[in-house]
Amino acid sequence: MKRRTLIAGAAALGLHSRARAQAGRARVVFWHAMNGALNDEVNRICAAFNAAQADAEVVPVFKGTYPETLTAAIAAWRAGQAPHLVQMYEVGTGSMLAAGPAVKQTWQLIQESGIAIDPAAYIGAVRGYYSLPDGRLASMPFNSSTSVMWLNADALERAGLDPAKPPATWPEVIAAAQAVRAKSAAPTAATTSWFPWIQLEQFAAMHDLPFATKANGFEGLDTALLVNAPPFVKQLDRILAMAKEGTFRYAGRDIAPDPLFYSGEAAISFNSSGSRADIVKNAKFRWLEAPLPYDPELTAAPINSIIGGASLWTMTAPGRTPAEYKGVAQFLAFIAQPARDAEWHQNTGYVPVTLAGYEESKRQGYYDKNPGADVPIKQLTRGTVTPNSRGFRLGRMPELRNIVYEEVERALQGQQGAQAALDSVVSRGNRVLREFERANRA
Amino acid sequence: MRTDWLAHSILCAGVLLFALPVWLALAGSTQPADVIARGEWSLVPDLHGLGIYADVLRNGGPGVTPLWRMLLVSFGMALAIALGKIAISVLSAYAVAFFRWPGRRLAFWVIFLTLMLPVEVRIIPTYSVMAGLGLINSFTGLTLPLVASATATLLFRQVFLAVPDELMEAARMDGAGPWRFLRDILLPVSAPNLAALFVILFVYGWNQYLWPLLVATDPRLDTVVIGIVKMIGSEVQTEWNRVMAAAVLALLPPVAVVLLMQRWFVKGLAEGDK
Amino acid sequence: MERRTIFPGRLLPVLLAAPQIALTAVFFLWPAGQAMWFSAARQDAFGLRTEFVGFENFSDLLADPLYRDSAGRTAVFCVLVAALSMGVALLLAVFADREIRGRAAYRTLLIWPYAIAPAVAAVLWILVLHPQVGLLGRWLNRHGIAWDYRLRDAQAMSVVVLASAWKQVSYDFIFFLAGLQAIPRTVTEAARMDGARGWRRFRTITLPLLAPTVLFLLVVNLVYAAFDTFGTVQALTGGGPGKATETLVVKVYRDGVVNLDLGSSSAQSVLLMGAVIALTALQFRVLGRRSAD
Repeated sequence: MKRRTLIAGAAALGLHSRARAQAGRARVVFWHAMNGALNDEVNRICAAFNAAQADAEVVPVFKGTYPETLTAAIAAWRAGQAPHLVQMYEVGTGSMLAAGPAVKQTWQLIQESGIAIDPAAYIGAVRGYYSLPDGRLASMPFNSSTSVMWLNADALERAGLDPAKPPATWPEVIAAAQAVRAKSAAPTAATTSWFPWIQLEQFAAMHDLPFATKANGFEGLDTALLVNAPPFVKQLDRILAMAKEGTFRYAGRDIAPDPLFYSGEAAISFNSSGSRADIVKNAKFRWLEAPLPYDPELTAAPINSIIGGASLWTMTAPGRTPAEYKGVAQFLAFIAQPARDAEWHQNTGYVPVTLAGYEESKRQGYYDKNPGADVPIKQLTRGTVTPNSRGFRLGRMPELRNIVYEEVERALQGQQGAQAALDSVVSRGNRVLREFERANRA
Repeated sequence: MRTDWLAHSILCAGVLLFALPVWLALAGSTQPADVIARGEWSLVPDLHGLGIYADVLRNGGPGVTPLWRMLLVSFGMALAIALGKIAISVLSAYAVAFFRWPGRRLAFWVIFLTLMLPVEVRIIPTYSVMAGLGLINSFTGLTLPLVASATATLLFRQVFLAVPDELMEAARMDGAGPWRFLRDILLPVSAPNLAALFVILFVYGWNQYLWPLLVATDPRLDTVVIGIVKMIGSEVQTEWNRVMAAAVLALLPPVAVVLLMQRWFVKGLAEGDK
Repeated sequence: MERRTIFPGRLLPVLLAAPQIALTAVFFLWPAGQAMWFSAARQDAFGLRTEFVGFENFSDLLADPLYRDSAGRTAVFCVLVAALSMGVALLLAVFADREIRGRAAYRTLLIWPYAIAPAVAAVLWILVLHPQVGLLGRWLNRHGIAWDYRLRDAQAMSVVVLASAWKQVSYDFIFFLAGLQAIPRTVTEAARMDGARGWRRFRTITLPLLAPTVLFLLVVNLVYAAFDTFGTVQALTGGGPGKATETLVVKVYRDGVVNLDLGSSSAQSVLLMGAVIALTALQFRVLGRRSAD
């Protein structure tokens, strides 16, 4: 009996994918790394696109984490089976730009398919990250976030602070954290998620400091890290000093520290703006969203922060037809519509990637109902984008972040000072950059 | 019989050490996700929360297909791997142990040398092989590369070499050919080893992660282990209660196989180890 | 070891072995050959530019102090995992071998964790040990013990060792129990008559008779700790803090899959293959000696 059920099951599984390819519609396979509720949202968008027109059918497929998706896409391309569209995290941009014939850059897709997608419609800090130096779009902005400061208003009040006036500079943050600790207003004064991204990369962009030579790598593979310069050492020193006096708690890499804030244990948290939905769902206290603090000795007017998140890359494969590429372009144009962008922004907590999507959300009264939800966009659009605040074009950036984590973790355990840690980051990081340069030189 | 308190207390501690994490998963699965995320959950299950199991089985979780479906895929995959591997390795071990043929030693050493190649190193080349054969995104692609490893062949070779020569001489006196000897004598004699290996391979197949993730792009081919990892958010807050319920359900079938076949499993392992 | 009696025929055995050989060639030899070739080349992730570099990837690795650290750490990790899992398993097996009530039930309750997937085991241990979510982790912190395996090297190492060893105890237990049961009762009875008691009897009689099992399990456990713990380490610490729990396989995965440095990761894989072959050869010697006993 079991055998028959199994054979039936296996047959159903095998036949399924073939049955789905409907006659006459171009099939566009879309690999992404959105799990959980975000996966549902991606499925919804694709279903909406499929229902809205009859030329193409987008098939969304979850492929694991960002690095797993990247590996799968590369393996698939080498085997001639790449998906039409793949979602790639922002730190994979350098690798994808070096991919040559494996990808069809967005400007090229627009040109060939004749479907209009206007780069100028995108928020500058978003567009910059995914553009060539001359402004042509290389990949399609999709889910973007930036980092902000989350504050537990109840804890701040217990510490005798006014939540209406959140700390804006690092000295103010330190003072607030010390007040929280002195009054025992929360078990942990401050913590941070995504340490390399928020405390070093964002810091560089907002203060208009070069993170690496050659315009952060935009102008050549022969780039070298500059992150052991005095302002960065001061920034790391500041955090090490806070950790030492007990006003900062390091709670792991990437999103590992998130629960510290959700649970009310930490009064101040530096995290992605994308964590808003989770905070809404979990926090049993009053909270607010504020811009990242800046160092007043470096600047009085911080400029835009950079984005995190991912973009969509069009991939090539032998025998791929113009109709399929056109389907890809149609889908990209579809998700760029202001109404779609606004909907994605509001449902997921990512920022709108187009100015029109932002205006649309404003018009719908989203920010009146959700105070603070526009902090990330305001921070992203602050000032003028400079070569230092456009983003990063460094090869093997995930490994560079990993090196930052390792050296900072050693410093936090007292095994080395801030200068030594960042010197190590630079020397180890430059080795990685040289290796990437040698592997990718034409 | 005098009660051996020392033995009882040590064995109880061992049992607890194994049971505790699973008990936590069971208890956690019945409590609300946000309570777990804040670390405020308790060791005592909330019986009102047991509905989560039916919910997970029927509806899955955010972004994953219903769990019953993933359990079925896992079951099919584990079974196919176990049976497929036993079939090919019995035949090849039989050939190596009971025949002399040109290239026998070479074949044996080739199989032997590829015993445990770390999966990370052959992911990209193996994937391209599968793509070339058109097996990406199919049940065959999911199982076939996992059927290939040589451990079972080596085990059966050991077992077969230990079969007394007299047994075979007697069979040949009776005029039994290679097929009859295999079917009527060798397989029945090695039954405990077959059973043991079935358990080991079933568990091995059930627990696979990296390969299914890479080769199956159709969500309908998701195994339950993949499903659990999908449910642990990397970008969003995890619904821990669903994850724990799924983890408990994912444990049941392989544990059941181990327990049901415990007798042969233990015996076969012990005897195969010669 | 060879059989004295065999079947005649040449074609039949080739046909019998063909499926196994075909699968091995397609899924092992071919990929392994590619790994060898990659290890001697420098290539970008998409395979667009390839440059033959000979042994440069290997010499870079061996000259890298971080790689040597990683190798040393892996050795320590493997020894700790093997010692812990075998020690606990032997203790349990010795007592489960005694004539006590509920023996069968105990055995069953100690065998089932064999079936737990490494990915699932890691999730279970997060629920126990995580400083915020985990029940034990929270309890420790509430009672003044600064428990945070994400920022303390030694704690991180103990967590991955514990979780990895835990998963392996059942397997070792089964073998130890079988080994103990294979010791003729007459031998232990004779020792008892001679007045050897408890620990001394175990040390002088049981342990030497169990030596082949210990050796066999030692190799199996070392291989397990070196290669099969990737999922556990990755889920629990990701190799951190710093590089405190980065084993060689974690490094291969990171350089190959995350870092996309095919040359270096392939060279590391080739070195690991060498290690596996050496360990397997050792295992065969042990197995061979066992059957000679």
